[in-house]
Amino acid sequence: MQLHVQGLTKHYPGVAALDGIDLDIASGELVALLGPSGSGKTTLLRVIAGLLHADKGRVLFGETDATRLSLRERNVGFVFQHYALFRHMTVAENIGFGLRSRPRARRPDKATISKRVQELLQLVQLPEHGGRYPDQLSGGQKQRIALARALAIDPSVLLLDEPFGALDAKVRVELRRWLRKLHERTGQTTLFVTHDQDEALELADRVVVMRAGKVEQVGTPDQIYNAPATPYVFEFIGRANVLEGRVEQGRFQSGALQLDAADTQDGPARLYVRPHDLVLSEPGSGALPARVRGVLRLGGRVTSELEIAGHARLLEQETFDAGGAPGLSVGEAVHLRPTRYRVFAHAD
Amino acid sequence: MADRLTERSNPPLRDPLQEPAWLRALLIGAAVLSMALLVVLPLAMVLASAFGDGFRAWWEALAEPDALSALRLTLFTAAIVIPINAIFGLFAAWALTRFEFRGKRVLLAFIDLPFAVSPVVAGLCLVLLFGTNGWLHGVLQEHDIKILFARPGIVLATLFVTFPFVVRELVPLMQQQGADEELAARSLGAGAWTMFRRVTLPNIKWGLLYGVLLCGARAMGEFGAVSVVSGHIRGLTNTLPLHVEILYNEFDGTAAFAVASLLAGLALVTLILKFWLEARHGDALAHSHRRH
Amino acid sequence: MSSLALPTTRLRSRNPLPGFGLSLGLGMAWLGVVVLLPLAALAVRAAGLGPQGWLRALRDERVQEALKLSFGASLTAAVIASVVGALVAWVLVRYRFTGRRLLDALVDLPFALPTAVAGIALTAIYAPNGWVGKLLVAYDIKVAYAVPGIVLALVFIGLPFTVRTLQPVLETLGREPEEASASLGASRFTTFRRVIVPELLPAWLTGFSLAFARSLGEYGSVIFIAGNLPYKTEIAPLLITIRLEEYDYNGAVAIAALLLVASFVCLLVINLIPLLFEKKAKRNG
Repeated sequence: MQLHVQGLTKHYPGVAALDGIDLDIASGELVALLGPSGSGKTTLLRVIAGLLHADKGRVLFGETDATRLSLRERNVGFVFQHYALFRHMTVAENIGFGLRSRPRARRPDKATISKRVQELLQLVQLPEHGGRYPDQLSGGQKQRIALARALAIDPSVLLLDEPFGALDAKVRVELRRWLRKLHERTGQTTLFVTHDQDEALELADRVVVMRAGKVEQVGTPDQIYNAPATPYVFEFIGRANVLEGRVEQGRFQSGALQLDAADTQDGPARLYVRPHDLVLSEPGSGALPARVRGVLRLGGRVTSELEIAGHARLLEQETFDAGGAPGLSVGEAVHLRPTRYRVFAHAD
Repeated sequence: MADRLTERSNPPLRDPLQEPAWLRALLIGAAVLSMALLVVLPLAMVLASAFGDGFRAWWEALAEPDALSALRLTLFTAAIVIPINAIFGLFAAWALTRFEFRGKRVLLAFIDLPFAVSPVVAGLCLVLLFGTNGWLHGVLQEHDIKILFARPGIVLATLFVTFPFVVRELVPLMQQQGADEELAARSLGAGAWTMFRRVTLPNIKWGLLYGVLLCGARAMGEFGAVSVVSGHIRGLTNTLPLHVEILYNEFDGTAAFAVASLLAGLALVTLILKFWLEARHGDALAHSHRRH
Repeated sequence: MSSLALPTTRLRSRNPLPGFGLSLGLGMAWLGVVVLLPLAALAVRAAGLGPQGWLRALRDERVQEALKLSFGASLTAAVIASVVGALVAWVLVRYRFTGRRLLDALVDLPFALPTAVAGIALTAIYAPNGWVGKLLVAYDIKVAYAVPGIVLALVFIGLPFTVRTLQPVLETLGREPEEASASLGASRFTTFRRVIVPELLPAWLTGFSLAFARSLGEYGSVIFIAGNLPYKTEIAPLLITIRLEEYDYNGAVAIAALLLVASFVCLLVINLIPLLFEKKAKRNG
């Protein structure tokens, strides 16, 4: 089921939670809404679900304008951060709740519901747990049951609100991988909200980076990471070194550093480069001289802090620890060159 | 593809998580009506009847000597009962919340007993203790002490009935607050009294006040238990509530309601103070009293 | 041979906090003297009656009528108070309207108001010449000096208990289970019936039991409006005082012991309710 959002706007007193959001999600895609708190990602999810009502704009499920439909009528599968399982019902009763609550005309018979519940329990790999109560389950198990419950009603889209936010780090990683596999099996159009970029980049087909109610960039994880469209996205995802300079006639200049910047207009600008995209090079045309101020080895990576003449902030350069290689030493003078980078005009 | 929407805003949809407006209005109306009939009306009746014959009559009823001595007795009783229950309540709460010992749950259950006992039964218990053939009757005779049909009896009956109020406020509060601050004080070398005065008391002061407030209100309004032990001797062993009863039974409605209005005023003051405490210092009271 | 044994030091106290002995001692002494001693006097006296004596005292027809009235009226009143209380609690927590805070404060009035004041006020209102009483006279409905008046007074005093036990539970319920239920397609009524009500049931039952226990022993609010006709509108606590005045201590003790036992059973039930509901969850472990 395709999902389209057009011109969605929602205001709260004094703040625009959503400011004209347009989004197109293809059928079967797994899309992440990524951003810090206040970016509007949860608001967007809730508007799509029908838990909140937008001031302007439309939400379309396929061809149907869902904007006028109530939460009940939209048939979305919503999974809450804190599971919201019904405490006094068994796992099986929870999963079957949606089907059992249908008006008599549309309600399947008991046997069918039972069968479906069992199928879903198998799908989420908790086949023996039907008779348990939610408080007898672990956090990860509860989340899987919540998913099963949402899937039971055969939703048009699956909406997950920070699904792993309440779990331990290790469980989170496991469940992430598990969700990816589940998605490949069900092919359900899925939208999930997260503030954890690792999660978004690892899990999603496409990532929507949001900030202050607007969409900053939409793209595959690769695009988001390697070709950020704005300085904000560059700094929000991964780590970034920032260098002030100027662009003149398609060339970025900062001190001795000279780089190609054909797409950027002339004027003051900033260079953005990731620590692992900085390599040591020979002194020469356009290379940046630097002095090593600190070296940190952690988890197979070597991070060097480098001082650039005329800049307050230290640059970070990162390489993998090639087993035993001496690496840089403090005080050493080196030359750097970025292999991948972005230059953004910076209006002062 | 986008069929771009016009600038017109969306009309408001029904909140999926709310009852329809007519049902809400009906429920609110029903609740308000029930409360009006049950609670507001009696209050209005007290005020209307008390001042029904004018301010003068109201004042005269209150200034009447028997009424005044009833007032004095009520205040006297409260003045004794409140400090006793407060101080012992503090000790009990300290023991219950800062230490582990067997029988804690039993102790807590016992503390709730007066709530479960009918006030008349409480009065009866005291009669069995101090009346003729009572356990302590012999001792009293020897020392010529009169408990029943005298002030001590009234004080004891009120003590029984208001027993749990202060403890029940302090225990959850002190449990919530935990012993960390007091332990820190001790680790820094504070003596017991210093620790209590400078760490414990400031933390519990609002809860203590709240408990004292409830205790006092109940002490001054207690009827059943006191009725059994007092002997109803006008001018001597009548508290305000008992005096109300006497006036009412003598068909002196205005006077009865005049005295009742005094008690009702007390109830209102208690409510206002309670409300203020919860609103201003809700975070310093046990969780159950948080207001939104 | 010299021993290297070190002198043993006695632990001064196992508790880093002071005053255990003192506070526990004082607390228990106070409990013992003020509460347990009087109750013991009753218990011993009641035991002294022996089962025969007790039953004989209770077999008296007047006593039986009084007990039936007390239990029946308390039960009815507790049911009414629970329903009205649930309504009021729901409205207070879920809806916003002018005067909500005032309504909230008023709920405590029956609790704060001295029982005698409540008693005479209710009587004055519902007596045949009272504000409401005279309206009802036209329909030949008698409230004051009859059983309905007793029930009314008991509902009055039971209301704060039913509202205040339900309110905090409603407040902490949170929206998520309802949102989940609605997202799964349930109607508002189904959500209420299958998601909200089960969550509220323990608290509701607790409120009911508290109101019942309180009504059973209530005296001041009731004796003015009851009429107090023996065999007709005489409540058990009143009969206790009458027996006392007649110096029929045994009679008084018999009734009092019964009421006491009933209250304790209520207390027990109230404390068992949360356990009961927890057990249900573990049954299908």
